[in-house]
Amino acid sequence: MEKITVIPPSTTIDRRLGLNLLYQMMLIRRFEEKSAELYTKSKIRGFLHLYIGEEAVAVGVIQALTAEDNVLATYREHGHALARGMDAGVIMAEMYGKMEGCCRGRGGSMHLFDVGKRFFGGNAIVAGHLPMSVGMALASKKLKKSNITCCFFGEGAAAEGEFHESMNLAALWNVPLLMVCENNLYAMGTAIRYSHAVQELEKKGAAYGIESAAVNGMDVLEVEKAARAAVEKVRSTGKPFFLVCNTYRFRAHSMFDAELYREKSEVEEWKKQDPIPALRTKLMELQLITNNDIGSLEQKIENEVQQAVDFAEKGTLEPLEQLTRFVYSGPG
Amino acid sequence: MNAGNDHIKLTYREALKQAIREALSKDDRVFLMGEDVGRYGGSFAVTKGLLQEFGPERIMDVPLSESGFVGAGIGAALSGLRPVVEVMTVNFSLLAMDQIVNNAATLLYMSGGQLNVPVVIRMSTGLGRQLAAQHSHSWEPMYAHIPGLIVLSAGTHGDARGMLLTALQSPDPVIIFEYTAMMNLEGTLPGHPETVNITKAGIIKEGKDISVITYGAGVYKSLDAANELSGSGIDAEVIDLRVLRPMDMETVFNSVKKTHRALLVEDAWGSVNIGAEVSARIMENVFYDLDAPVQRLCGAEVPMPYPKHMEDASVPQKEDIVAKLKKMLQHG
Repeated sequence: MEKITVIPPSTTIDRRLGLNLLYQMMLIRRFEEKSAELYTKSKIRGFLHLYIGEEAVAVGVIQALTAEDNVLATYREHGHALARGMDAGVIMAEMYGKMEGCCRGRGGSMHLFDVGKRFFGGNAIVAGHLPMSVGMALASKKLKKSNITCCFFGEGAAAEGEFHESMNLAALWNVPLLMVCENNLYAMGTAIRYSHAVQELEKKGAAYGIESAAVNGMDVLEVEKAARAAVEKVRSTGKPFFLVCNTYRFRAHSMFDAELYREKSEVEEWKKQDPIPALRTKLMELQLITNNDIGSLEQKIENEVQQAVDFAEKGTLEPLEQLTRFVYSGPG
Repeated sequence: MNAGNDHIKLTYREALKQAIREALSKDDRVFLMGEDVGRYGGSFAVTKGLLQEFGPERIMDVPLSESGFVGAGIGAALSGLRPVVEVMTVNFSLLAMDQIVNNAATLLYMSGGQLNVPVVIRMSTGLGRQLAAQHSHSWEPMYAHIPGLIVLSAGTHGDARGMLLTALQSPDPVIIFEYTAMMNLEGTLPGHPETVNITKAGIIKEGKDISVITYGAGVYKSLDAANELSGSGIDAEVIDLRVLRPMDMETVFNSVKKTHRALLVEDAWGSVNIGAEVSARIMENVFYDLDAPVQRLCGAEVPMPYPKHMEDASVPQKEDIVAKLKKMLQHG
């Protein structure tokens, strides 16, 4: 009954979609480069996990969702939050630990939440959010709502028991859940060949009777196309779908990582597939955009990121009297 | 006690069942999910017949995936439902501890007040059936350690039937401990289920000579001990903590101010348990009201042995409480 879907190569793209995807990926890239810079200046603390190199996955998948759908992500989620339409300033303020942040500065980089955008983290225990995503999809089914739930996680999470429990529950209960595995080949510093007996992760869907597909996660158009097909399947059947996006993280795992576990040449090789220049080149070749478009995008993004930083800088710290507020509901 | 609500005799098991039936009848958003709650009728026969009465959407049998289904309950709670998740026994709850500690207990705070998690998690708890080291745990202290959780202990028939109904009105996650050894115990309650307060400790028996402060399986044992001693001129007050987090110390302090002596009784291992916490708070707040040092009776610090005589000797029994009270009051 289960099958591995073959995604045909992307065929059509128009200027509007192309520019939109390019803008989102470039915004995430620039936002994170700025974040890393601010980290070295101690403006941002804690863990900071950069998504640089993987932008095509969040941008391509989230493009295929509606505003009513639920999105859950990992601790490497700046890109997902931005792609979901969260304001860059509010995210930056959160990383500054300021009250104006999306979570009043309570969460930081790893815990971005925005209920209005139906963005449910920012979850930093690997695979810990997968069971919750099943429950959210179950609620949609029980309440007869038409929205679906989309849960992002890495290939590291696919080695956790909660991945397998969640796949089984999602299939057993027939809930509208899109499970998106961002396979960046490294669980922190452990390569997939040391983590998974079966490295073609899309094969794991078969064990649960879940339809699966694998896609080149470095090509945003392919990701978008595959995600659109998967979302359509989930929405029309009410059943889960397992989408594996094969991608690569260009930067270290976090700001504390000396990258002893991989060769620089490997990183350089993958950078040849950088999704941003790839899309830019393609759009130019198709004569859908010009150099002027790139220039104005860059300028727009530069302004947006600078405004985000200014917003965070001007933010305020939560008064210490509120330390215990929100441990429980009601006045704390 | 309402007029027209005549009293009836019922077992602790029946009290639990009435609570679940009442909760399901009152609110369409409520559903029960747990291992063997439906077709089997509940591993302690608490939910027998409810599947036939409410159907499989409201009484959901789940696979043995504690982390998976507890997490799904949390997700469903985030999405507008009121799940009652039954973890068959506390012994299996560690498999779901990540969900309870890292998700249920943190989401409101971490999201800066955006996300409520109105999930109720019920667990059968304790010893007394010769189930040996892996099936006889008293882990109330572990859960009471965690900010963000409301932790209730149903040590009486009234609470077995009332706590669930009130817990379902809470916007925050609630854990209810129920006691395996008490399932067949008969008690007397008003005919119709009513909500109970879940913020205050209960005074089970008033007295003036000494405060016996306990919870769970310790409540009826302590009451029996106090009743036995009342004939010999010792007037002990018995307090059921009921709410293990956040704990109601006002009732405890008022009692100690009246009796000037305190004995803390519980089945859990002595090190770092509820009694240790209560003792510390008494020292910090009402030390000068004491006429004698606070004393404790706790579980022996051993993995639970199988033979009945050794199991009995592992936790405080009525006779131990009687002897300790006499000694503390230098009586006989």
